[in-house]
Amino acid sequence: MLDYERKRQTLIVRLADELDHSAAARMRGELDELLRDGSIRSLVFDLRNLNFMDSSGIGFIIGRYKLMARRGGSVAVMNADRRMDRIFEMAGLYELVERMA
Amino acid sequence: MKSLNEIRLDFPAIPENEGLARMVVSAFLLPLNPTVEELADVKTAVSEAVTNAIVHGYAEREGVVRLRADYREDGLLTVDVCDRGCGIADVARARQPFFTTLEGEERSGMGFTVMESFMDGVEVKSAPNVGTTVRLTKRLLTREEPIARRA
Repeated sequence: MLDYERKRQTLIVRLADELDHSAAARMRGELDELLRDGSIRSLVFDLRNLNFMDSSGIGFIIGRYKLMARRGGSVAVMNADRRMDRIFEMAGLYELVERMA
Repeated sequence: MKSLNEIRLDFPAIPENEGLARMVVSAFLLPLNPTVEELADVKTAVSEAVTNAIVHGYAEREGVVRLRADYREDGLLTVDVCDRGCGIADVARARQPFFTTLEGEERSGMGFTVMESFMDGVEVKSAPNVGTTVRLTKRLLTREEPIARRA
């Protein structure tokens, strides 16, 4: 169900539609299963096709950040729009997660 | 001032209904001709309040969430999200940024902060073991004349 692409040590996950508590709960298991592969050093969320996100989405991304940080890896987001920037900035997420263009 | 329109919706406290609540409120607002920004603000705030009711109020156990919304001629929107769940002992503390009772479950603790930032008013009435009502208000400023007089 997850739309993802592996490029060497990077896993790019393309989030689509809505990232709320319900969607986060559905995706968490599948993503964490993929992340059991310790050779993944960098996790990138592509938000281009994401139309909605609330604070449950922030919790979901912070959760994956903690997981990656434990193994010395990193998390980034790309294609965040103005609205997502606003929520991310509110939560101080860009102190943990790199914002790619 | 008289309300122009009002809805009430009771639904089971299951995560699938978070999206339903957002859609219902969006559709309800359409006659007010809101901007994309206003619509997104209200949807996000409603999503936070409904998620709180499901995740915290009922702690993902069975229950009913009641959504009530109305708007007035002057564009004032009120949305009430009500649960009969566990209630909040210390509302002021619950509203603090990053406060969460579910530390292990990756809740961001930003729900009330998001509601406060996207709405004009957020009132919380809560009592332990009785339940919680969150009242969200926002004045939609997009219209040039009262809705009632528009053709």
